[in-house]
Amino acid sequence: MSAILERTAAPDPQVKKNYLNADHTLASWLLTTDHKRIAVLYLIGVTVMFFLGSLAAAFVRFELTSPRGQILTHETYNKMFTAHGVIMIFFFLIPAVPAVLGNFLIPMMIGARDLAFPRLNLASWYVWTISAVIVLTGLIMGGVDTGWTFYTPLSSLYSNTQVSLVLVGLFLSGFSSIMTGVNFIATIHKMRAPGMTWFKLPLYVWSHYATSVIIILGTPVVAITLFLVVLERTFRIGIFSPELGGDPVLFQHLFWFYSHPAVYIMVLPAMGVISEVITCFSRRQIFGYRFVAMSSMAIAAIGFLVWGHHMYVSSQSVLQGLIFSLLSFLVAVPSAIKVFNWSLTMWRGSVQFSTPMIYALAFIGLFVIGGLTGLYLAAIDTDVHLTGTYFIVAHFHYVMVGGAILAFLGGIHFWWPKMFGKMYNEFWGRLSAMVIFLGFNFTFFPQFILGYLGMPRRYHVYYFAPEWQFYHVASSLGSTILGIGFLMPAFYLTASLLRKDNVAPANPWGAKGLEWENASSPPVTLNFESQPIVTENPYNYDPIEDTNKVRREAGLPEIPREDPDKEVHH
Amino acid sequence: MNIFKVLPVAPEQASERAFGYDLIFWTITILAVVFTILVFALVLALAVRYRRGSSADRRYPVYHSNGIEAVLTLVPLVLGLGIFAWSSADFVKFRQRPKESMEIFVIGKQWMWHLQHMNGIRENNELHIPVDTPITMTMISQDVIHAMYIPAFRVQYHVVPGRYTEMSFTATKPGRYKMLCAMHCGTQHSEMVGFVYVMSKSDYARWIEGGGNRYEPRAATMVAAGEQVWNRKACGNCHAGMDTVRGPTLNGIFNAQRRLTDGSTAKAAPDYLRESILLPWLRLTKGYETTMPAYKGQLTEEEVLQLIEYIKSNSNTSTSGSPQPYSAPGARTLPTPTHPENATNRANRYGSAGVTQSEEGAMNAR
Amino acid sequence: MATHAHTADPDAPAVYEQFEDIDQQQETYILGMWSFLVTEIMFFGALFLIYSIYRWQYQGDFYIFHKELDYVLGGINTTVLLASSFSVALAVHYAQLKKKRQQLLALGFTLLCAFGFLIIKAIEYGKKFEHSKFPNDTFVWDAAKYGGDPEHARLFFSLYFSMTGLHGLHVLIGILVIGYLMYLIAKDHPVITDYVPTELVGLYWHFVDLVWIFLYPLFYLIPK
Ligand code: HEA
Ligand code: HEA
Ligand code: HEC
Ligand code: CUA
Ligand SMILES: [Cu+2]
Repeated sequence: MSAILERTAAPDPQVKKNYLNADHTLASWLLTTDHKRIAVLYLIGVTVMFFLGSLAAAFVRFELTSPRGQILTHETYNKMFTAHGVIMIFFFLIPAVPAVLGNFLIPMMIGARDLAFPRLNLASWYVWTISAVIVLTGLIMGGVDTGWTFYTPLSSLYSNTQVSLVLVGLFLSGFSSIMTGVNFIATIHKMRAPGMTWFKLPLYVWSHYATSVIIILGTPVVAITLFLVVLERTFRIGIFSPELGGDPVLFQHLFWFYSHPAVYIMVLPAMGVISEVITCFSRRQIFGYRFVAMSSMAIAAIGFLVWGHHMYVSSQSVLQGLIFSLLSFLVAVPSAIKVFNWSLTMWRGSVQFSTPMIYALAFIGLFVIGGLTGLYLAAIDTDVHLTGTYFIVAHFHYVMVGGAILAFLGGIHFWWPKMFGKMYNEFWGRLSAMVIFLGFNFTFFPQFILGYLGMPRRYHVYYFAPEWQFYHVASSLGSTILGIGFLMPAFYLTASLLRKDNVAPANPWGAKGLEWENASSPPVTLNFESQPIVTENPYNYDPIEDTNKVRREAGLPEIPREDPDKEVHH
Repeated sequence: MNIFKVLPVAPEQASERAFGYDLIFWTITILAVVFTILVFALVLALAVRYRRGSSADRRYPVYHSNGIEAVLTLVPLVLGLGIFAWSSADFVKFRQRPKESMEIFVIGKQWMWHLQHMNGIRENNELHIPVDTPITMTMISQDVIHAMYIPAFRVQYHVVPGRYTEMSFTATKPGRYKMLCAMHCGTQHSEMVGFVYVMSKSDYARWIEGGGNRYEPRAATMVAAGEQVWNRKACGNCHAGMDTVRGPTLNGIFNAQRRLTDGSTAKAAPDYLRESILLPWLRLTKGYETTMPAYKGQLTEEEVLQLIEYIKSNSNTSTSGSPQPYSAPGARTLPTPTHPENATNRANRYGSAGVTQSEEGAMNAR
Repeated sequence: MATHAHTADPDAPAVYEQFEDIDQQQETYILGMWSFLVTEIMFFGALFLIYSIYRWQYQGDFYIFHKELDYVLGGINTTVLLASSFSVALAVHYAQLKKKRQQLLALGFTLLCAFGFLIIKAIEYGKKFEHSKFPNDTFVWDAAKYGGDPEHARLFFSLYFSMTGLHGLHVLIGILVIGYLMYLIAKDHPVITDYVPTELVGLYWHFVDLVWIFLYPLFYLIPK
């Protein structure tokens, strides 16, 4: 993708100095300002949070196997799904792709030595960790029973649980997000390598740019809103509680003003991962680069105008509802553009079914189902019956777990050799992707039917409708498979770090991009041995050469290459 | 045995709106299935055909094509707008209050539904209504937000503290249907569950005559109860048959335009009346001061609803344009039972939850 | 974090290792500051939105409550902040001219104004506490005497305290930042040899000032 300006000598394989072994003390990790090390710190953090959140999900699924619940009281059940939602959203999915992969990759992809504000980056990790500790303390000592949406006046005046503590934690975690967002924006604007014009940026960087815009515009609003709920609990000030003269629906507006765009904070970076993986394993340029790049910006922009679709039956006026519904259909279009452009990227490519690619293809399938079920909800009339039911639960797990998490895992596999210089076991990798795909559908497809039948979400018992049990049991069985699927990478990826015989080459996938072509694996502390200069478009792969290599090895005739004069490059 | 009884894939259609709703639902489903298959097929076909090493022709790859992108943009856009238009039309219809409807007052509280009929019958977690009769629920919550959800009718609306919300439907099939709370409202959210009993018109009339179900015998009608509150609180001291220095008359004000001290006007809809009673100083009627006491904290939501019904009954509705409260056949002429025990005895004839025999028959048949 | 200069000029400010040169570093800092100010606008924006909604809903009541606030003290504070904004602009000007003494003086004056603002604010808050206008359990609103709904009075004063309190917090942070900046300037710290740090602090301080410019009329000068 780019020429190397002044590489003095080939890096000595004996030295193998990189950001991981640059220093071994604990202090060198805890005080690091290296974006790559901070990414690793975040990776550990979000993994822990994911398994804690999953544990809560496991309890939820176990309870629902019987119409009268199994072992928990109503109170504990409510605390379980709240803990599950809060942990998964605020401490796993929102930071997962940006703070791990984004932190690691953005400077490398644009040819910078680090993020613009390395110390701010470290501060964001500390704030995140402290807020995680505060929230976990609240969730474990006492718990919270309001659901992750914290609707007032339940959260402000009625709940006797640790709402205040948890909200203070979430308030703090918002600042961690903001710091990351500001950092990314400044970095992407000002730190690009020579020749890296906006339309030569990898699409992953574009998606993060859009995400960061959402973060800095949305997060402050939810932070102050949640903080006002804390004030309301403490001083009984009446901003959101009707008993004190306030308006509970105002809370919902402010909450969703952030939390709808937040779903795009979760999925846009994931989509960026897919653009990188699909091109690499199709060995060709993305189809419709500008459309994919601009659709990210369109999602970010329109995403700010649709929050009211969570409130169709909340007593907002009919006109308001109709406008939000219209805009919700508009926001679906850029996603459609992305999906089809990814698919068409395989057209005349050379497709390789490596682990990251299988994750990426699974992502496309599940995201499409999740996104299309979003249309039932965007349609204001169909939402009336489905809102507040398991249909919603199924919808968002399809986009968040089937979508964002699969992409996150795909990205982790894709850049694993880059991050740690080790190859994982390909067989286990492919197997885990397929187990997760199967288990996932098994878990969440029945929930669509449950929702349509009228099973409300956040219900601990359903003895008045025993006919629902079949679907719940199916879903719980599926989640067991899914859980096994999620545990597999935890094992074989960890194992790959411990083994010695699996050192990764600098560019095992033959991928394009500064982070692959101009840096070693793992990269050195300041990323590049010399300043990269960008001369070519991103994703400049050669599918014909790639496939002919295989055919040559297999003794098959080569497929013809186009007339070199006619070669078109865009 | 029908497999769909044991393993239903769709909820019952028991309201006027249900069929139209399902039509949209399944249309979107077809659309979704088509697109899912399309994308899956596209992905699989391309992935297999262009798998590494296959002999497929890879010359002249297309990297971008404004034509293709235009199709990719326009097809979803047009289909999306089509669904939007259709579903919006249905929604607007659903949110409109029928010309004539029977009113039910719903008070949600942690964790039960409290329902009240115009004629004073009260029920908890149960609602008896006649079939083929437009029903309008006027709802308010006493504490947190709840959501009134009747899946078989495809209706749901939030029940919010501090303001009235409204929801209308017409049941079309006698039977017993789940009535759920679909908004998380605290510990026993999942037990805030009840049933709607849809009865044939004659059964309903008989049920009314029996004074409703035996737990909550009929007291006075809503209007009469309102009058009692009115007298108890001595509202009449200030509000007489005509405007006086003490206060404006409330006769005929329902849904009328009121002129306020700050020069603006307001329609005396239920929300306005509720506010005028609980927090009268917020919007003062032109020509008056803040003499009316604020009744906030002194009246329950139920009493406020009753007062509003009473005020409404004193309004000349033909000029204010408000719909006459609907009364089920037979209900209008019923005498107020003087002995609640009688009502209890009579309700017993119809089974414990006030279900009539014929309705029970209908349920068994299902 | 190690810093290394790319240029030979010994007077040139330090360039952090992630930047190519001083120009890139400065542009990045200023862009970062503006992005941060955008988040600040959204942060206060949410509060202003809430305020507007309730002001619109309880117009009459808010008029009654606002008489509790002392518009003279508020006015003095507005002047004080405007003056400080001017002096911070001067500081940037002198920083560009590399006039260290004048720069320190201007910043010192800004600091003085900031303290003055907080002291006046503290006096105001003290009065509110005395009159039980802090919206906790001790809150009292004599509706019979002044009119207005007590719950709305509570709402008004909660908005007053949360918005001016948050603003006050920003003033406090401003004091710390300006103080630290002056310390670095006085010490001739290498990161401070050009005007950009002062400019960044200036941007922040102008923002704090701007917020007050909105707060003052919204709370102290409500028309009937
Ligand atoms: C990653 C997270 C994520 C993503 C990406 C989305 C994407 C979308 N969501 Fe979802 N949503 C959530 C997470 C997400 N959502 C969560 C967490 C909730 C619940 C919150 C709670 O209450 O707890 C929720 C709830 C929710 C609601 C509220 C439901 C309710 O509570 O009543 C609505 C309503 O409109 C909605 C709509 C949409 C739409 C239209 C999209 C669109 O962006 C989808 C676009 C994608 C496609 C459409 C698929 C690809 C396109 C094609 C294959 C072409 C064909 C397309 C057409 C014909 C148009 N979502
Ligand atoms: C990123 C977000 C995310 C993720 C990954 C998940 C993952 C899962 N969720 Fe999640 N879910 C939400 C976000 C997410 N969810 C949100 C926001 C809500 C709404 C909350 C609310 O209403 O407020 C919700 C609600 C929700 C409900 C509805 C609860 C209710 O309304 O009553 C259910 C029910 O089935 C459910 C199930 C699952 C399952 C089975 C998984 C599976 O994917 C999990 C698979 C994993 C396992 C089965 C566990 C395997 C591993 C272990 C057990 C290891 C643990 C051990 C150690 C600690 C060492 N979720
Ligand atoms: C002490 C006198 C007094 C009493 C008692 C009183 N009111 Fe009023 N009421 C007034 C005055 C004066 C007004 C007009 C000023 C205003 O809008 O508040 C008024 C206005 C109203 C309005 C608004 C009507 C309009 O003009 O739009 C309603 C509704 C109302 N009262 C209902 C009641 C009810 C119900 C009660 C008893 C529970 C009651 N009032 C008791 C003095 C009184
Ligand atoms: Cu009431 Cu849930
Ligand atoms: Cu949304």
